This record gives sequence, C-alpha cells and structure tokens, in this order.
Amino acid sequence: MHPQEWMSVESPGLYCKPADIYIDPMQPVAQAIVTHGHADHARSGHDTVYASDDTIAIMHTRYGEEMAKNTHGLAMGEIKQFGKKDDPVLISLHPAGHILGSCQVRIEYRHQVLVISGDYKRRPDPTCDLFEILPCDVFITEATFALPVFRHPPIEHEIAKLLSSVAVFPDRCHLIGAYALGKCQRVILGLRNAGYSKPIYLHGALIKLCNLYQSRGIDLGELLPVSDVDDKKLLAGEIVIAPPSALADRWSRSLPKLRTVMASGWMQIRARARQRLVELPLIISDHCDWPELLQTIEEVNPQEVWVTHGREDALVHQSTKMGYTTKALRLIGYDDEDETG
Amino acid sequence: MQAFSNLLEQLYYTSSHNAKAALIIDYLRNTPDPDRGWAIAAIAGTLRFDFFKRNTIKQLILERVDPVLFDLSYDYVGEMSETVAHLWPDSHQHNRPLPSLGELVEQFTHASRQAIPDMLIDHLNSMNAAQRWALIKLGTRGLRVGVSARSVKQILARYGDKPVAEIERLWHGIAPPYIELLAWLEGKAAPPDISNKITFSPVMLSHPLSLEEVLPWQGERWQIEHKFDGIRVQLVIKGAEKALFSRNADDISHTFPDLLEQVSVDAVVDGELLVMHGVDVAPFNDLQQRLNKKKPTKKLMETHPAGLVAYDILELENRSLVDLPLEKRRTYLLDWVKRQNTSRVQLSDILPADSESELRSLHQHASDNLAVEGLMLKRVDSIYTPGRPKGQWFKWKREPKLVDAVIMYAQRGHGKRSSYYSDFTFGAWQGETLLPIGKAYSGFTDEELKKLDNWVRRNSIGRFGPVREVKKELVVEVAFDAVHPSSRHKSGVAMRFPRINRIRWDKPANEADTLENVVGLIET
Ligand SMILES: [Zn+2]
Ligand SMILES: [Zn+2]
Repeated sequence: MHPQEWMSVESPGLYCKPADIYIDPMQPVAQAIVTHGHADHARSGHDTVYASDDTIAIMHTRYGEEMAKNTHGLAMGEIKQFGKKDDPVLISLHPAGHILGSCQVRIEYRHQVLVISGDYKRRPDPTCDLFEILPCDVFITEATFALPVFRHPPIEHEIAKLLSSVAVFPDRCHLIGAYALGKCQRVILGLRNAGYSKPIYLHGALIKLCNLYQSRGIDLGELLPVSDVDDKKLLAGEIVIAPPSALADRWSRSLPKLRTVMASGWMQIRARARQRLVELPLIISDHCDWPELLQTIEEVNPQEVWVTHGREDALVHQSTKMGYTTKALRLIGYDDEDETG
Repeated sequence: MQAFSNLLEQLYYTSSHNAKAALIIDYLRNTPDPDRGWAIAAIAGTLRFDFFKRNTIKQLILERVDPVLFDLSYDYVGEMSETVAHLWPDSHQHNRPLPSLGELVEQFTHASRQAIPDMLIDHLNSMNAAQRWALIKLGTRGLRVGVSARSVKQILARYGDKPVAEIERLWHGIAPPYIELLAWLEGKAAPPDISNKITFSPVMLSHPLSLEEVLPWQGERWQIEHKFDGIRVQLVIKGAEKALFSRNADDISHTFPDLLEQVSVDAVVDGELLVMHGVDVAPFNDLQQRLNKKKPTKKLMETHPAGLVAYDILELENRSLVDLPLEKRRTYLLDWVKRQNTSRVQLSDILPADSESELRSLHQHASDNLAVEGLMLKRVDSIYTPGRPKGQWFKWKREPKLVDAVIMYAQRGHGKRSSYYSDFTFGAWQGETLLPIGKAYSGFTDEELKKLDNWVRRNSIGRFGPVREVKKELVVEVAFDAVHPSSRHKSGVAMRFPRINRIRWDKPANEADTLENVVGLIET
C-alpha cells in the first residue's frame, strides 16, 4: 500500500496510522519515535519514547529522568514490530550522521518502505556513525540548507581559520558561539584533531552535555567552566565556547578583549554573520549542504521524495527536475535555526 | 587580488574603527604599488568607472544556474554580488595564480566591451567565493565595508604621520592609484604637485559658545553673523573649472549645477549652501529635498534653487588670503560678491551689538528667521586657521526645543557599545497609540546608558533581528533643534538633531506629549 495511505501530517507531527505512532511530535502523544536530541525534535511529556540509547540519555540530561513515562532504547538496525500481529508495521532506526545518537527511521508496511531522514549530514563526524543509504519507496528528506548557495567547506579549513586568528591575535579572548548539543562538541573535537591541547573554557549552559559526551566515551580533552576562573583577565588568548545567545550579551562583558566567533552553517551568508556582530564566522554545519542533498537523493534513488524542515521550494524544484515525484510536507513547529544550524 | 580579497573579508567583519584602520595600514605596508592605491580608491569610492555592469553579471549567472534556483537564492541572500559569488560553479582551478589588482584594473580599462564577459568568466572561474565577491563588488563599484572616504583620509594621515588637513587639501587634486601620495606619506618624495588642480582647502571651525568667554563684551572685537541652517560648503573656481565641496571634503558639485553655472571669478569661498529664492532663504527642510537627489531634475532646480550665503574667502585670483585677519578678508569677499552677476550669491550680513544686552537680544531674535539657527561670533583679527583653533570663532545656537516622548524600540550600538542597547526610537501619542517620531543615540552619560540597557532587557516584549520592542513605559525628554513636516515618516514629522536630554524615570507614559504637541512645534 502506498505510504501516503498510512503516513500523514497531523498537528503534533508526522503520524503512522497502522502503528499508531508519531515521529518527532511537537506535542505530548502516547507513542513517539524521536530521531535525535535537538529541542525541535525531542520534546518531553510523551507516554512512550522509542529512540537510540544516546538520544534517550540526551533527553534525560536535558529534561530530567521524568521526561517520558516509558523509554525504549533501540539499537541501530534492530527491527521493532508495531500494529496488528497479522498486519505488522516494521520499524527500525539507522545512523543519520547528524549528532550523537541521531537516526533515520525506516518504516515498512504492506511491502512498501518509507524512510524519514531526520536531520542528517554526509561528512564524517567522530561523534556518530556515517549516514546509511537505505533503499526505499518514499524518502522524506530535511531541507535546512537546501539552496545552491550553500556549500560547506571542510571543517579542517574552518578550524584552521580559527587557529590562525588565535595566533594573529594572541591577546584576545576568542569567544565562539556554538549550539550546546552537537556543534559545541564538534568544534572541540575539531580543535583537538588540529592539535590544540590547551584547556577549552565553557559557558555554564554547555557543561552538562559535554560531560554526557565524555561519559559516552568521546574524549573532549580538558574543559573548564568560565565561572571557575576568578580573574577573567587570564582568559586573554584563550578559547571560550558559549551558546550563541550569550555572544553579545551581558555575560560576555566580563571577558577580556573579545573576538566574536560563531560556528554555524548560516555563517556562509555575510549579512547573517554581521547581524550577529560576528567578527570571525566559521561555516561549520551539522546538516547537508546543497550538493550533498542532491547526492543523497540520487544514491537513495526512491520512487518518491517528500521534502520538509527548511527551504523546501528549491529542493522540490530540483528533485522534480531530476525525475523524482516530489512534494513538500509542510510540517510546522520545526525551528530550523536556533539550535541546529 | 588575493591580498585585496583578504583585506575586504577582514574589514567586512570588523566593527571597530581602530581595528579597521590597523588592517588597512598593515595592508598598505605590505602591498606594492599600484595595487594598494587601487585598493584605496575602491574603498574610498574614487574609481572613475564600472569595470562591468550588474546586468552582465546577471546574464552570465543565468547561463549557468537554473533561473528558479537563482531567484530563490537571491531572495534568501538579499544581495546580488554575494548570491553570484556563491552560485558560480566551482571549477577547482583555484591554484591558478590570480591577477594582481593593478593588472585587473589595467585589463578592464583597456578591454573592448565585447571582450569583457569572457574576461570576467575566466577570472570568476579561477577564484573562490570570497574572491568572486570582492571582484564583483570592485567591478560594479558597490564596495561597502564601513570605511568612508573621510576615514580613508584619516587612515592615510595616520599611516604617513601627517595632519589629515594636508591629505584633504591634496585629495581632489590627485587620482588613483595614488603613487605619489603614498611615496610622500612614506617620506620618499615631495608632496604631489596640485598647483593646477581644483582642490579642497581644510576649513576653520567654531566652538560652541559659553557666554563668559566673550564677556565683558567688546563689540569692536567681534564680527557677528547669523548662523544659517544649511550646510557649510567651499566653492572653488579656477578658470573654467568649478567645484563645490562639503566641509568634509566630499565633492558635491554634481548635486548643485544650478549654483555652479552662475558663479564666476577665480576664488575659494567659504559659505552656507541653502535653497534661496532671491534674497529669501528657505528653511533646512527645503535644502533636504535637494540633498536627497544626487542628480536633481530641472523641475526640482526651479522650485528649489540652490544659493550661497558667503561669509569668508580664502583665495582671490590666485592670491592666498588665509594669513590676513578676518576684517581684511571681508573686503576681498565684498569685492568678489560684487562681481557676481547673480542673486544666487548673497553676502552674510554683519550684525551690530554694542553692548551685552544688544548681543543677548540679537540671540533671542536670531531665530525669528526660520533659516537661522543662532549666531556666529568671530574675532575680527582671526586669521583663517584650519581645524578648531581656540578662542577665535564661536557658534551660539538657539535654545533647543523639548518634548517628552516614550521609548518604543531599542537597538544595539556599534563598537564599544555593541553589547548595549543604545539606539532608541521614541514616539508620541495619537489617541491611544504611539507613533514613532524620531531616533536618538546620544545625550546620556555612560552611567545612564547602563541603566537604560538594563531597563530595555527587563522590559523587552518582542524582537526583530537586532531590534527589541519594549514596554511603552519609559519617558525621555528629547531635545532637538527643529521639527519639519515629512512624508517619509508615518508620524508625518522629522526632527533635526534629536538627543536624549533627560530620562524621566518618574513620569508616567500617558503624560508624555501628543503628536499634536509635536506638530505644533513646526515653524512655518
Ligand atoms: Zn532539526
Ligand atoms: Zn537536529
């Protein structure tokens, strides 16, 4: 049976009727599959949550142990049966390459397969497995950076920009705005891989999630809370990471001779960077750029493409031109900027 | 080109003026001629022609990118050069050496129109996105990196450790790529020879008056004139060539051809530019209409004719007068004005005041004329000294007007103030609603700024990009010089020089002024 008969967009989010389950619902529901821990996908208050173990750990860290009545951790590739015994819906999770614990959702029902990409990227990321190509009839893809102007440079290139700035301005405190989950840790690992071994200083809002990453076996090196530094002048020449909202806020005034840095895929657009008064924009994204979105559609090679979460128009246009039946799924409530750029 | 692109990239993202200056000075030090001079020209906006047209760029990109995708991208990015820079297909020829800035200028200057597109394609192919952006901005003369022509001159002065007045004097007599200028700044050559060129002479400025500085009053020592509410200009006539400069040395000749056409006799004259109907001088708002139009229409020049109230003279028929005292210069000025065959030039009248009370009375009545915003007091023995010498010239503005307005929006400032909400939009009541009547970002102390910033953060009710909307609760007393009718603003009024005079923490918002009160302050 064609997936459009059994998948629909309801007000809490994407819904699979024969399994009676929502994917990344925005409101509390009885059964939810959560692709990953970003706040625009993972909400608290559901009765039962199915997700990867890492995602469940992230949700516990962010929302507390009471975030759902029941949680079921699923291993990558493990098939879980929903619906009626004689008319089953088979659901499994697969790596999406976006952040720690992020998954795609594969749903098979009456000989048709639908894959929901969730948020994903194709570049290697030491905190999660590579995106897996899953053959399917319908592929639902995200479209956060779905415009041909978006072409992300290699992360090594951007980290080198940062380190050369630290070398040129040795007396300035480099304050990097980076989202607390995923981006922050990726920047830290990028610095470590480039040989930066000094302590990295953190805004209080980033500490819990970094600790979680460390406890799950990802070595971030020495991290110190900014609040533990009594004489803030000592932060001259050091690297500090904070959530983007803290960049030009009162919190940052205590830091010496700031140089404002921001790590995000949006930094490719000059006006965006300048609007935030960023002096050194780093184009570091946890999503696909335009060529990668097109490459993925070609490799998955589904019968149909549904586009959601971002700039749908351009991708619908291009995917149709490539010969795929394509439509935009207008899901509401997904915040494509404030956490996950 | 590489170095130039790097410089632009850094300038673009740097907000402090000092840091920008340091970047440019570093570039000048490490870049050979003529590249660095062309870079200065690109930043200061003194390149004489476009290398290529925006339309050419658009055509080239549409040959390479799906038009639907181009439109969607352009809508999103909001700016043509950057859209094209990102969309241009990467041909991975980045290791091909790029032409130098000088070579680029050379190529585009001499290329035939038909050859330009192919040249452009070739260059764009061998560049990365940042370099493409720099080339398109350079070639269409659309560079905006937050460094004005005036700042460029200040930076050059700093680079060569020379007074900025010296650079301003030379500026209009020299042309890119400024090789002689840079050699002089580096102490390797004499200053560029500008004896046959039309140039700007740095102007003499006044101090705000505090009355005790001129008391006890000795009328015979002072020349008193009206302070007109126009813009200060310098008129230069040398043979067939004529130019009009603003006091910051911007050449504004093309905006006021009607005035330039009429004047004659070689001279450098200091005066106030105004809209004038014969001897009748119109208020500033009329001049604003002219300033808004870079190239005025014939009709606008008829309804709003430009004129000059002349008050000083620096040079007459090749003789420099700056070392003469003001009263001597005045006789030469009279002579020059008399020889004009036009009523567009008027002599600034000398006003008599034999006693302190007469002086005060002059000040009180100065603003009876709407085109006048106060008095000028100049020592009759003052020689013409560029800059702001002490004790020579004073301006005595009329008392400011005041209204109580309600803060509506706040925006972060720049540079040192970038973490503070320091730019305020305020409004007046029309019935139950507030209409914005102006913006102010000065008048308060650092201590008050901290308090305002704190208040904004605690009372914010909405956010649009960098702007915060606040609760309509805080009243400020706004001081301003004048208010005019304006069709550009929803409130229908525009203020001149508004600043925050006092913060009225005590005053309830509903007791602030109404728009009707504000409109009542318009003088007609
Ligand atoms: Zn997302
Ligand atoms: Zn995400």
